[in-house]
Amino acid sequence: MKFSILVDIQLLEGISDPAGATIERALPALGYKEICDVSVGKTIRFTLEATSLSEAQKTSEKICSLFLTNPVIEEAKIVIEELS
Amino acid sequence: MSASVGVVIFPGTNCETDVVEAVSSLGANSELLWHGDENIHGVDSIVIPGGFAHGDYLRPGAIARFSPVMKAVTKFALEGGPVIGICNGFQVLTEAGLLPGALQKNRGLKFLCQPAVLRVETTESILTNKATTGESLHIPINHFEGNYTCNKETLKELQEENRIVLRYVNNPNGSIDDIAGVCNKKRNVVGLMPHPERACNDLLGSTDGQVLFRSLLAA
Repeated sequence: MKFSILVDIQLLEGISDPAGATIERALPALGYKEICDVSVGKTIRFTLEATSLSEAQKTSEKICSLFLTNPVIEEAKIVIEELS
Repeated sequence: MSASVGVVIFPGTNCETDVVEAVSSLGANSELLWHGDENIHGVDSIVIPGGFAHGDYLRPGAIARFSPVMKAVTKFALEGGPVIGICNGFQVLTEAGLLPGALQKNRGLKFLCQPAVLRVETTESILTNKATTGESLHIPINHFEGNYTCNKETLKELQEENRIVLRYVNNPNGSIDDIAGVCNKKRNVVGLMPHPERACNDLLGSTDGQVLFRSLLAA
């Protein structure tokens, strides 16, 4: 079975996010003054072959904690979709 | 026989020649250690210099950590061998788990390339054993992700165990507790964001970095 994995990585609250701050400061110039809490993270997509959804979940979580994120400054959400 | 310093090169490292020049000026030999080689050739100490290892992709140091040379560096460090990581090298050491914490982006929005004044907080480390506690060192910084952070428990441990080796006199980047450099529990692994190799010659405006390399060579 093949699964499409999307990992959404965001900085933990309180971690410096100059890209988010810059975007937030630029928005009022476009007339959007009601926007706050802008944060910039990153997404990583890959295709994974696994025998089951739970195995795909387990493998993705392991890759995330071992490599894709640094738990001191980041957190991740994993979205898994089975490919037909 | 002169001490031999291994200087690690990843693709994207760009301060290795400066480190070689700095240690050579103090009479030491140096050997460049390519990241793909798991052998550290019997060197007496190791420097992981600054730059953008593996393009800083994913996170600074995240990919460098898995380079073959890091297996040998980790073994050397765990056996008590002296290892320092400068700037990107500091980021590599935190990602590799040889030092606690992480380097987040600078407070404010800027890449910082400027002189900095550091205070030596302890002489009990392989980077400061020839320095004096309380001494001020003029050593430049050059980084975007140099804002040291860690959780409360780690910070308390670093403070209580006197493992904050260097602090900024005027914190330029938002680092927690003004931290510019920390060491591990055994005090044989030190990471610092400032570049001592750029302060080892009068032509560069400061020779304050020499005392740190002299410490490493004496370790």
